Amino acid sequence: MIPFSFIRTKDKETAIRDGSVKGAKFIAGGTNLVDLMKLDIEKPDRLVDINALELKQIEVLSNGNIRVGALVKNTAFAYHPEIIKRYPVIHEAILSGASAQLRNMASTGGNILQRTRCYYFYDTAFACNKREPGSGCSAIIGYNRNHAILGTSEHCIATHPSDLCVALLAMDTIVLTQGPKGKRSIPFSEFHLLPGTTPHIENVLQKGELITAIEIPALHFSNRSCYLKVRDRASYEFALASAAVALDISGGKINQSRIALGGVGTKPWRALEAEKHLAGSDIGQEAFRKTADIALASAKPHQHNAFKTELAKRTLVRALMTASEIA
Amino acid sequence: MDNESSPKKTGTTRRDFLAQMGLTGAGLTLAPLLSKAEKHIPDPEIPLPSMVTTHLSINGKSQTLVLESNVTLLDALRERLHMPGTKKGCDHGQCGACTVLMNGYRINSCLCLAGLCEGAEIITIEGLSKGEDLHPMQEAFLKHDAFQCGYCTPGQICSAVGLVSEGHAKTDAEIREAMSGNICRCGAYHNILEAIKEVQKTA
Repeated sequence: MIPFSFIRTKDKETAIRDGSVKGAKFIAGGTNLVDLMKLDIEKPDRLVDINALELKQIEVLSNGNIRVGALVKNTAFAYHPEIIKRYPVIHEAILSGASAQLRNMASTGGNILQRTRCYYFYDTAFACNKREPGSGCSAIIGYNRNHAILGTSEHCIATHPSDLCVALLAMDTIVLTQGPKGKRSIPFSEFHLLPGTTPHIENVLQKGELITAIEIPALHFSNRSCYLKVRDRASYEFALASAAVALDISGGKINQSRIALGGVGTKPWRALEAEKHLAGSDIGQEAFRKTADIALASAKPHQHNAFKTELAKRTLVRALMTASEIA
Repeated sequence: MDNESSPKKTGTTRRDFLAQMGLTGAGLTLAPLLSKAEKHIPDPEIPLPSMVTTHLSINGKSQTLVLESNVTLLDALRERLHMPGTKKGCDHGQCGACTVLMNGYRINSCLCLAGLCEGAEIITIEGLSKGEDLHPMQEAFLKHDAFQCGYCTPGQICSAVGLVSEGHAKTDAEIREAMSGNICRCGAYHNILEAIKEVQKTA
């Protein structure tokens, strides 16, 4: 790790001031940042430790929304009684990711900000536009079995790694921030950015802007939801494809749905067209398969990841079947 | 490190550590290199890491650590505090050999900067037994032969203790899933599972 200064902060205002300095980064759990610092991929001059801030609460608001502080550990988030009862998709998504140790360390804000596990991003011997803007993309011409098929550009095909983000996107979560210019509420769908020509810019946060909490809106059918993750190992592995779904069902028909995909996109991927198609359909394989075809219609596979298109479709169909059978 | 104040405060240096480990041969070989390193004057262009003071409790004992900002909890334990029970495997949070308990929860000490442990209560493998009386999980690992080479074992045991106190894993499949952050290259997984189940029964 290259040398850096380390500052502990006790309040948001000081943290934002200290975090606004060039070369500064906030640190909470550190599971992703410290790993990347050991590899000289992240090279902050200054770490601002935000762990003493009062951002560790999970609150149920009077309108039924759930507000989760940015410093809430993944484990505490997953096992909160309201999350287990009302948002199985979030409970399952968190527990499908990483290991028990990492979930005990990792924060909610940090999960949203975690960086890709593209092996070329991780290896400083290779060109990578995310790590070194303008150096080129080694994955497009290299081994790209794990890479994205949705939202890619000529400059980057790295997959967004988070499971939690896929579930949060499906639930229309809001990211609450505070920065030098004040407070913001950012819809989850607008938080992460497509790589385009600037794959090193991964989200809309400004310098010194701190995620303070996320707010999950109440949704009357969120209890009929699930997260299905398909991967090379049974546990402790990133998704090849995953699906977060929620279904509003009555009389054997789908009234409305929420569908988001993971493991296949350069950012957590919402399938709004597929949701529109599914509305009004009869429950069953036929409608679900058509929905999956629409969700993956714009998929652009590369040399080694063409299998992901069909895998993602089958993953989505299975997730929809599972959710429709939840009593 | 040329700054001698921190090793004095924290009790040891890498050199002390090597000497105390009885690596006489290695010590003789390294001696010329080390004396050279001691005289090394750092390049003024390269800033030294800032020092961080951290108050924490390790196995029930209050400690004040004054360490470079880039020292992990794992390296602080092993190389500064003479506590080599916690193992360094991958050093990237993938193998679980470095697992310790922080405030009752199992974590990867290799990915935790020591500076992030302000006010924390850390329990390592050295802190599980009460004198000569082993922790029930240690007894169960012995009884069920839950290891071969033993390198991953401190991490496995700390992780297993955390698993039992967390109380979420009940079935064999759930226990295996909840232990997936600890890799055992000898493949003692089945016996580790049996050891955990035995402790769960009596917990």
